[in-house]
Amino acid sequence: MDAIRIDNLRKEFKPSWPGRTPVQALDGLTLSVERGEIYGFLGPNGSGKTTTLKILMGLMTASSGRAEVLGHPAGHVETRRQVGFLPESPYFYTYLTAQEFLQFYGQLAGLSRAKIASRVQELLEIVGMQHAGARQLRTFSKGMLQRVGLAQALIHDPQLVVLDEPMSGLDPVGRKQIRDVILSLRDQGKTVFFSSHIIPDVEMICDRVGVILKGRIVAEGRVDELMTRGRNHSIEIMCEGFVSDRIPELREMATRILQQGLRSLIVLPDSTSVDKTIGIIRDHGGRLISVIPHKGSLEDLFVTPTNQRD
Amino acid sequence: MMWNIGVIAINTFRENLRDKILYNLLFFALALISASLLLAHMTFVEQHRIITDMGLAAINAIGVLIGIFVGIGLVSREIERRTIYTIMARPLKRWEFILGKYAGLALTLSINILIMLVVYLATLVVSGATLYLSLFQAVGLIFVEVLLVTAIAMFFSTFTSSTLSAIMTIGCYVIGHLTSDLRGVAVKTQNEAVKGLMNALYYLCPNLDLLNIKGQAASGVGVSISYEMLAAGYGLLYAAALIVGACVIFERRDF
Repeated sequence: MDAIRIDNLRKEFKPSWPGRTPVQALDGLTLSVERGEIYGFLGPNGSGKTTTLKILMGLMTASSGRAEVLGHPAGHVETRRQVGFLPESPYFYTYLTAQEFLQFYGQLAGLSRAKIASRVQELLEIVGMQHAGARQLRTFSKGMLQRVGLAQALIHDPQLVVLDEPMSGLDPVGRKQIRDVILSLRDQGKTVFFSSHIIPDVEMICDRVGVILKGRIVAEGRVDELMTRGRNHSIEIMCEGFVSDRIPELREMATRILQQGLRSLIVLPDSTSVDKTIGIIRDHGGRLISVIPHKGSLEDLFVTPTNQRD
Repeated sequence: MMWNIGVIAINTFRENLRDKILYNLLFFALALISASLLLAHMTFVEQHRIITDMGLAAINAIGVLIGIFVGIGLVSREIERRTIYTIMARPLKRWEFILGKYAGLALTLSINILIMLVVYLATLVVSGATLYLSLFQAVGLIFVEVLLVTAIAMFFSTFTSSTLSAIMTIGCYVIGHLTSDLRGVAVKTQNEAVKGLMNALYYLCPNLDLLNIKGQAASGVGVSISYEMLAAGYGLLYAAALIVGACVIFERRDF
């Protein structure tokens, strides 16, 4: 059974004034998240990520289509005992201290007093906030709120954790902490579904990725698959012992040649001419130093014009 | 079910306690009661009547003000500040949230009114005024009125902004105290549209004057137990209907 299954989901926002056109936030979105994986939900601002997450959490109803969480329809109240949620730029009760805040969410999850006490301390340490437990949230920075927000999502040890832009607004140290927490959740067998528009974060920790554009999934699969699928990737060949940019055959094959003294960096558009290039280098008495294939980036999926639907 | 309502109610109560506006209003009430003592010294006749009247009026005004100004933000502020997202992502039914919020504010209001009553009674004792039983009847119905006004404010706050909720609640409060006049206008007017509007307002808005016995209570004239019960029952039923309405509207909302 999938942790999340979304099938042909649509959400149309009706205009607040007559005469204005409705906004189609989700346009037949379909995706599935397997149990125990980290799934990155990648898309630019306004692509429909938050709307999808709100529907999954029962905060919003879909216009049509189906969304299931842990085998139950999205919004099923009892299923939420197994789900943790951190919204984008979280807003919390600022009059509470971090400890009171986590206790409150522990109580709402139905945890015992003893369990809450131990989980609060444990989680404050995990998110690096043990020093600020007695401070009111109104004194917290955005990064601190993000981290304490992640702690509230985990207070009841959920099977599925849904995070909306969990790394936004964090400094590099904070981002690493959140990444480590997400990776440790996978090690515990939990499922993590998180949305982001920060590509390196997704590339670094996700097992699978779904790319959403204008309310539709335009690419879905394992990160390495997506980065290589259907595209040619450049190869960088480093060699020394001869001047490569004077050899016409090499100049023809390469997209670029950088020459520094007797050291050359030859950039080939794809792997088809690698063997021939290495042969030429050897024929001219050159020495091969390295051959580095350059993978594509998930960013290509954002910017490739064929993916931009109108 | 009760657990969830209790958790939300206690958190709302804690929010109210840490909200400075509440202390300001309470301070204002205490100052008003004290001022009545001062005012009584400046008059030659019916000094005790002034203290009794002003004290009841202060308890009523402050209770209603807290009810309106905290009640209008009870739900709408949760939506505007997006704190609702993480709450509703918990195993909590939407109507449990509404009941919890209302119960928390009702607890705050009861404690506020109790404190004001104690200060009021102390003021009366110090000034040598008579402690009529009718004063307790009046404060009881003030409490019911405050609960009803709070329910009106919360009802509006489930589907509109805090500002609009405040305007509509204050409108209902004013009309609620003028219902007999509206009825009078409806009977006398020849204009059918005005008659229809007045009748609609008369039947839609609660008759808050039923809960107002301050004038007679200050003179030591109480109401019968059956009147007190019927008036309180009317106010509480009206409030319950508004809370049910708030739950129904909130159930269908997108956040």
